[in-house]
Amino acid sequence: MSKITDMTDTHNWSGQRLVTADELLFEAPREKHFMTGSEVLKEAVKRCTVDASVSYPITPQSEAAHLIGELWAEGYVGTYFRGENEFGVMSEVAGCAMAGARTITTTSGPGTLRAMENFAQWSGTRIPCQLILMARGINSPLTIQPDNLEVSYMLETGCQIWYAENVQELFDMSIAAFVVAEKPDVHVPIITVVDGFFVSHTREAVMLPADDIALFPYEPYKSPLPPIDSETPPGRFLRDPFVMKSNYISYATHASWQFEIRSAVERSRPYAEHFLDGLVHTTGSEDAEIAFVTCGTASHQAKEAERELMKLGIKSKVIKLRTIRPFPEEELITALEGVKHIFVPEFNVVGWLEKEVKKALYKKTEADIVGGPRVAGGMSMPAEAIIKEVMEKINPGKGA
Amino acid sequence: MANQGPAYYSPYPAATYEGVITPPEGKALLLEEIVDEEIAMREIAKVMLTKENATIFPGPQVLYGFNEEAKKKATLIKEMSEILNANMIPMYDYRPKYPKIDAEVEINPNHPNLTIWHNNIKAAIFIGVHCHYANVALKMVRSETDCYTVAICGLSGHEDAMATLRDQHSSELEKFNKIAREVKKELGL
Repeated sequence: MSKITDMTDTHNWSGQRLVTADELLFEAPREKHFMTGSEVLKEAVKRCTVDASVSYPITPQSEAAHLIGELWAEGYVGTYFRGENEFGVMSEVAGCAMAGARTITTTSGPGTLRAMENFAQWSGTRIPCQLILMARGINSPLTIQPDNLEVSYMLETGCQIWYAENVQELFDMSIAAFVVAEKPDVHVPIITVVDGFFVSHTREAVMLPADDIALFPYEPYKSPLPPIDSETPPGRFLRDPFVMKSNYISYATHASWQFEIRSAVERSRPYAEHFLDGLVHTTGSEDAEIAFVTCGTASHQAKEAERELMKLGIKSKVIKLRTIRPFPEEELITALEGVKHIFVPEFNVVGWLEKEVKKALYKKTEADIVGGPRVAGGMSMPAEAIIKEVMEKINPGKGA
Repeated sequence: MANQGPAYYSPYPAATYEGVITPPEGKALLLEEIVDEEIAMREIAKVMLTKENATIFPGPQVLYGFNEEAKKKATLIKEMSEILNANMIPMYDYRPKYPKIDAEVEINPNHPNLTIWHNNIKAAIFIGVHCHYANVALKMVRSETDCYTVAICGLSGHEDAMATLRDQHSSELEKFNKIAREVKKELGL
């Protein structure tokens, strides 16, 4: 087992050479591998000098959690333990991060909701931990199928939310996520989302840098809140009598605190812009009048539809949102210039992304926004379903 | 109510909501304008030397001698207060205060406006305060008072202050003190 005392100025406890995020993400040579999302997450964590990881099983993230456990056994992760349940896990993650540890955990579906109180507490205490959310259904009758409805519950927790489309993005994003979350002026938790099974359990080609390099360790003394120690117990700031009362000063404090958390997420924009190469990625025809606004694997399906529509002589484009919090409003508006029809394909029943898009575009576009196609409960979304939606809109009554 | 800065009309202002974020490395922020560090230092010195009851609020990172840099900074801040003719009201730590804070002797991050009202402070420098507490306090001060706030930060700066200097270590504080002396002389003070 690794010890923090094994760390030197140039190498971490497992002997990996310490490098900057730019070197790890952009400059180091890469080799092709063929891996599942869970395996790729293990590879990412291996290169992040992670101090602590807390696990609890729930499909589809169990395998990722167990693979991070293997990393601990191999000496790459400082400490690793299993929580009592998801609420316990997220509380323990908070404890690790407040004490100054670079901390990661994973969860899925109902586990996310069971732990819900903690996410707002995470952001309120400005810990820079990372949650890999491998999305799955949350409803009764219980399902393990991929469905990203739980993301809608996470939107107002005050955490940053990034969304990866495939295994390659999961690898790169989960490394960049630590770097951005730990910037002193950001320093709020980050939730890196992938669609469960579609990404966690499918094997794809992925380009990885060598595993003998890793990120520099987290520097807790650059935290905007002092890390806990014997003089600074956790939650000390919560106990001020003025803050706990219901009066004007309490109101002022809480309002300022909440605006500050959201301001911290806003400050992440330039860093995310750099490490993600833009907050939105656009593919397809630049002069298209039809656009798909997507995130996650819906982007992949929309790209399939875009190619098929091109064969029919219909130009379209796919605007993939890589961050949901902060929401890339300006980038989206720019990418939608000249577009007349906007479609928002989603893997959930409520259409949370459609709501986000409509809110961002209210009175800022004359394009017609269609919230669909939408599938739920883990059903796949074939390109034909997207094409059908488009044809019914632009060619009413005649179908695809 | 607040009468300065880009978030003038918001009861609980947050500069990021107006599109203002921390300055890039090597630069400073005056309200929403990104300027050279020296320009900001001159403006800060001028404001501190000309406003009523100018006060420096040193935080735990410069009040406690946990390393040599902190000790050096503390000495320079004391010198700064003499150059600027400024009072000093410390933010010792972030502990709850029972039964109430004493606004005469310290400023609390959760209700900084009390200290500013009580002492009729019209210009203030926050220095050595952990960033989150500085930002919470700065938002409230902007909202509740007409105090001109300055953040002198060792990290990325604070867009909620009217003037922000970032990456300020002892060498930068020495530079600030030198500039402040020049400005004081120019103003004939």
